[in-house]
Amino acid sequence: MNVRPDPAQLGAPDDGIAKGDLLLDVKNVSLSFGGVKAITDISFDVRKGEIRAIIGPNGAGKTSMLNVINGFYTPQRGSIVFRGEERRAMKPHHAVRQGIARTFQNVALFKGMSTLDNIMAGRSVKMKRGLGWQMLWHGPALAEEIEHREKVEEIIDFLEIQHIRKTPVGKLPYGLQKRVELGRALAMEPSLLLLDEPMAGMNLEEKEDMSRFIIDVNQQRGTTIALIEHDMGVVMDLSDRVVVLDYGKKIADGAPDAVKTNQQVIDAYLGVAH
Amino acid sequence: MVATATAAGMVLDTFPKYLLLNAERFGRLPAMRHKDYGIWQSWTWAEQKVQVRSLALGLQALGVKHGDKIAIVGTNRPRLYWGFAAAQSLGAIPVPVYADAVAEEMAYVLDNAEVRFAIVQDQEQVDKIQSFADKIPALKEIIYDEPRGLRDYGHERLHDFSAIQASGETLLEADAGLAARWEENIRQASGDDISVMLYTSGTTGRSKGVMIKASNAVNAAADTVAFDRLSQRDSVLAYLPLAWVGDHYLNYAQGYVSGFCMCCPESHETVAHDLREIGPTFYFAPPRIFEGLLTSVTIRMEDAGRLKRWMFDYYLRVARKYGQAILEGGSVPLLGRLNYALGEMLVYGPLKNVLGLSNIRVAYTAGEAIGEDLFSFFRSLGINLKQLYGQTEAFLYVTVQKDGAVRSDAVGPAAPNVDIRISNDGEVQFRSPGMFSGYFKQDDKTREALTKDGYVKTGDAGFFDKDGQLKIIDRAKDVGKLESGALFAPKYIENTLKFFPNVKEAVAFGDGRGFCAAFINIDLQAVGNWAERNNIAYASYQELAGHPEVYKLIAKHVDETNLRLSREPLMAGAQIRRFLVLHKELDADDGELTRTLKVRRSFVGERYSDLIEALYDGSTEKYTETEMTFEDGRKGKIRATVRIEDARVYDAKVEKFREAAE
Repeated sequence: MNVRPDPAQLGAPDDGIAKGDLLLDVKNVSLSFGGVKAITDISFDVRKGEIRAIIGPNGAGKTSMLNVINGFYTPQRGSIVFRGEERRAMKPHHAVRQGIARTFQNVALFKGMSTLDNIMAGRSVKMKRGLGWQMLWHGPALAEEIEHREKVEEIIDFLEIQHIRKTPVGKLPYGLQKRVELGRALAMEPSLLLLDEPMAGMNLEEKEDMSRFIIDVNQQRGTTIALIEHDMGVVMDLSDRVVVLDYGKKIADGAPDAVKTNQQVIDAYLGVAH
Repeated sequence: MVATATAAGMVLDTFPKYLLLNAERFGRLPAMRHKDYGIWQSWTWAEQKVQVRSLALGLQALGVKHGDKIAIVGTNRPRLYWGFAAAQSLGAIPVPVYADAVAEEMAYVLDNAEVRFAIVQDQEQVDKIQSFADKIPALKEIIYDEPRGLRDYGHERLHDFSAIQASGETLLEADAGLAARWEENIRQASGDDISVMLYTSGTTGRSKGVMIKASNAVNAAADTVAFDRLSQRDSVLAYLPLAWVGDHYLNYAQGYVSGFCMCCPESHETVAHDLREIGPTFYFAPPRIFEGLLTSVTIRMEDAGRLKRWMFDYYLRVARKYGQAILEGGSVPLLGRLNYALGEMLVYGPLKNVLGLSNIRVAYTAGEAIGEDLFSFFRSLGINLKQLYGQTEAFLYVTVQKDGAVRSDAVGPAAPNVDIRISNDGEVQFRSPGMFSGYFKQDDKTREALTKDGYVKTGDAGFFDKDGQLKIIDRAKDVGKLESGALFAPKYIENTLKFFPNVKEAVAFGDGRGFCAAFINIDLQAVGNWAERNNIAYASYQELAGHPEVYKLIAKHVDETNLRLSREPLMAGAQIRRFLVLHKELDADDGELTRTLKVRRSFVGERYSDLIEALYDGSTEKYTETEMTFEDGRKGKIRATVRIEDARVYDAKVEKFREAAE
């Protein structure tokens, strides 16, 4: 028998939200660490099916924003509505269960484990059988493992990393590690994928590859993406809408072209005295 | 010749006829495997027939008719191979095209071949073809295998492979007699139809479409299948370019005739791994792949522990001493046999297993000269590696070495049913069962390639050795003379240089000049490793190539090359006097190599004319700018000051007299 998974069956789960409707709504969020105000009164939203970029100079609060979205930080003020549900305090693994996955600015993989195992780790959130079954490994747990392995193989094929399936990720070049990390996030089949500087430290060719994967994730799998990125060319080409932060405040929000010509944005990037 | 009548009363003179036969006789045996989603998927001959049939009927519904040309572009995948058989079953002619060809090369071939349909692998190829759609008005429909990224493309002329097969299935369901009619058409087909059109790699100018008649193709394949006793129990890994005669002949043609299983790798990068999993029984690789294998083994052994290294060295010496004799069934002392058997257990066996060569019954190499050391390394491990010499115009085989009569410096006697002769000016000419029936639309070129009495001119200069094996010296038109009148055979000199693992490519100059000089390309893997071991830091290929220590290393190789040349009476006159290490790797994307990675001599000569002049005007360094193509297709310039060094020349040895006296 020759089974090819149907790509249409994989990807973002059907959460009853139509394309273009509100998926995430961040309202008047403020976050501070002691006296340091990381984020001040920021509101923006992410619509289902779009690529949303968060940009801004160093220290603008972009990563803090991502950390708020995936529940790592709890904001002092404001509210976050995800899939129509308001939440306040939560842990990152709750966010994962809600369908939010992310990659990190510095690759955060299990270095000693193979690519395959790293991506399989991303499936753990979907595993139904408990530790006891997993240790026994036969019967239902094996059937479940096969099912997950199929999804993981689909991701490996999608990201074209077949040749490093069994390679420990610590041995891989940086660009490939980034790709494995994306694979692990995809394994969670998120409704919202957060990418923290997916192109950082990459050469031109790797950037082109990564851009293509991001577009494919978005278009083929229908995954909504919010990304932070410094490469303006990439941001302007990839994203549907861009929100610009500077010193923890939102200074612009809109289509790439509009943002590009916004005077405040230009000032923020060129460095005008505040 | 091999036109055996079967029970069904058909004369086996086309590949689709073999498809029907194999589905009958080997119905349950695997015909094709492909690693997909991490698992080896397989199709039996019966299933393969069903796949080809639904594709063929789908294509027919799309408008494919007898005589239409169908381009096939992509890597080795079952669906593309089915494309060949499906086209042939309708009397259409498959035209495989190199998947890595840049847009303009591909446009030329598709236009020249007048293809009306194209079966391509993925978005990359679709994009490429659509980028020059206006230049190929004959092309009507494109069928793609992988839908990825193509969802939003206009689908007026674009079709999913599965959709075409599905339409074939629907027709089959609607019309009960359709399957029988399809098979009847195959049985009625003539062996005089063109089976395939293969484009030459274009070492000299534009590539030409070589037309191979079905009966010729089948006869040639049947001869070599019998020669190497290939059967349905054999298996191969198909990993070489689809468009190359070698892949089409060795895997497709021989596979259909013998019924062996063809395995397609998961991706280009996983070939080594897939080879290990499949463990094929028949294997072909050009010398550079064997060289790569040896280099990687050597590098890994250098990092191994002391005991392992000692074992490896010791048993390799044992293998060198007895291995070849054991392989050829010669006489070996009992103690030697026992020691070799121990070595097989401890070293050779595991090594062959890692390389995926454990089950090899027959392995071939061809295309370039292979170094004696390299060749005997693999043979001493017990791998039956042989050489063949062939051409697209011959549908591959011209000569082939018999088991037990194998040498590294010759390519064997004539293959079964092939006539070879050497013309008065030293050119090799042949007539063979598989020989081509002409270049497509180029009758003048066809006439140029044939002699009056119907022999094909190979364009290679060669001679028969005492034991009847053919030795190829060089391309006939490349062989020249120095001002002194000494013979100058550039390929011979380049090959001698290339036997050093550190030298990846070399280009020799000297025809009509005072002395012989050479460009040398270092091998980044080998030299890079050497540099690492010797604490030599470098940031780029260019920097490594220009490093003084690297120059010293290469100078040693040039010196040894000259010593070897001095021992060859014919070649001693053309030793290398001056050389330089090129700042840039010769690349097919820049037109310096052909797609089969052979140097395009005249092009390189023009492109680096300033450097060649510097080789001859006595200067010690030369500033140069070279245009190059980056991976993403953009063009740029690299600038470098290239140093030029002198090399020592040896006196020709006295052996000359002895040779002459014989």
